[in-house]
Amino acid sequence: MSRQFLLSLVVGIFIGGVSGYLGSLMLSRRMALVAGPLGHLTLPGIALAVMYGFDVSLGAFPFVIFGIVLIWLFEMRTKLPMEALTAIVFASGVAITFLFLPIKQAEVALVGDISKVKFEEAVISVIITIFLSVVIKKIYRKVVLINISEELAKSEEIDIKKYNLIFLGLIAIIVALGVKMVGGLLTAALVAIPASAARNFSHNLSQYALGAMIIGIVSSCSGILYSELTGFASGPLIILASTLIFLISMIFKR
Amino acid sequence: MNKGIILKVTNLNVVLDHQIIIENLSFEVKKGDVLTILGPNGAGKSVLLKTLLGLLPYQGQIEWAKGIKIGYVPQRLPFIKDIPLSIKDFFDLKKSSEKETKEILDSVGFREDFLRKKIGDLSSGQFQRILIAWGLVGNPQVLLFDEPTTGIDMSGEVTIYNFLAKLQKEMVLTIFLVTHDLSVVYKFSTHVVCLNRQSICYGPPQEVLTPGSLQKLYGGEVKYYQHQH
Repeated sequence: MSRQFLLSLVVGIFIGGVSGYLGSLMLSRRMALVAGPLGHLTLPGIALAVMYGFDVSLGAFPFVIFGIVLIWLFEMRTKLPMEALTAIVFASGVAITFLFLPIKQAEVALVGDISKVKFEEAVISVIITIFLSVVIKKIYRKVVLINISEELAKSEEIDIKKYNLIFLGLIAIIVALGVKMVGGLLTAALVAIPASAARNFSHNLSQYALGAMIIGIVSSCSGILYSELTGFASGPLIILASTLIFLISMIFKR
Repeated sequence: MNKGIILKVTNLNVVLDHQIIIENLSFEVKKGDVLTILGPNGAGKSVLLKTLLGLLPYQGQIEWAKGIKIGYVPQRLPFIKDIPLSIKDFFDLKKSSEKETKEILDSVGFREDFLRKKIGDLSSGQFQRILIAWGLVGNPQVLLFDEPTTGIDMSGEVTIYNFLAKLQKEMVLTIFLVTHDLSVVYKFSTHVVCLNRQSICYGPPQEVLTPGSLQKLYGGEVKYYQHQH
């Protein structure tokens, strides 16, 4: 096993695991698909990063923040449904990207590439994901209560605005990290599929959260491993691995 | 505030989305009272409960006695079954210790092994009792129930009210109850506020629930309001 392969495997484990963990919170609020438009919106940022040779996540991040503000505006200021947002943001993100990114380099932007991750990038990703999982654990139960009922949460004196802001911030960071691994097109799947699979067989909250995390890790590992063996792009393979686990989980659906 | 009075509401007005939902409402509640908020659909009953909880903006005065703990049982929780949640998880959300959860479950008639049961697998009657139990965490002196019988069959409904009455006696609770069901009011409550945006009647049900006031509350409300402006 080469050092480069190990490096991408480690990054994959951490990003995949935390994506699944956060995904379990997003799914319980019916927000899993928000990562979709956000991911698409990062495409121009990834394109810039690819063209000028800097960290993909760094390029993606400002665009995610822009996306979060957009979502906030859509939610607060208009009564437009989420599908409209998805359509508008999806199309604009992709359109802008193809305006100036050479089609040959588009693959990295669209489906990601973890196989060439640099050592410093890997260290930073691991540190950020550890920080994210600590924050997620801290806010988990409060956000679950908000997801169940904002009124119940308010009657328990939970500051809903504060937790929603933290929650959106976490989503922004995980999307920026996720695009490194699976590209702008597949980030929604990275958070949505492990949680959906875990929900199928979980009896309680701990099984659900831990299950989503483990499925995220297993999917990333198998995708990266299979990519090493076959030479196919790892991003789509990671997503397909989690889809396979989801299909298996359907058998155990309760 | 006088001794024994738990809540005093004076000239309460609630306006949501430029619509007057509650207009000039005043009433008092004493310790141990069971106050029913009665009215047709859309009369502002749930809004009143939420306002009393401090969840909605209002004008006027809402004065709770000092140090009062309030338990809230919402009308329904449509999203809860989307989340894999055991009963223990649900009580953990409110920081209930395992010991307290077990005691409360026992008091609402569930055995300990119910702790591991998934919320999504409960019948609607069981879920209602779990919600009430959840409202009891932390030993509140006041319980606010929003239409506790929604979606429960008749036999279940009888059980819930018998159960509420039992709890009320055992724990010296003051209970606020939102309903549109008249039989509940006579059987169970000491006071009633008839609400249809404004207060139509207020007092002990045997005294204030006259054919006239009920006609006003349920029958003639459209006509009644057209003459207001």
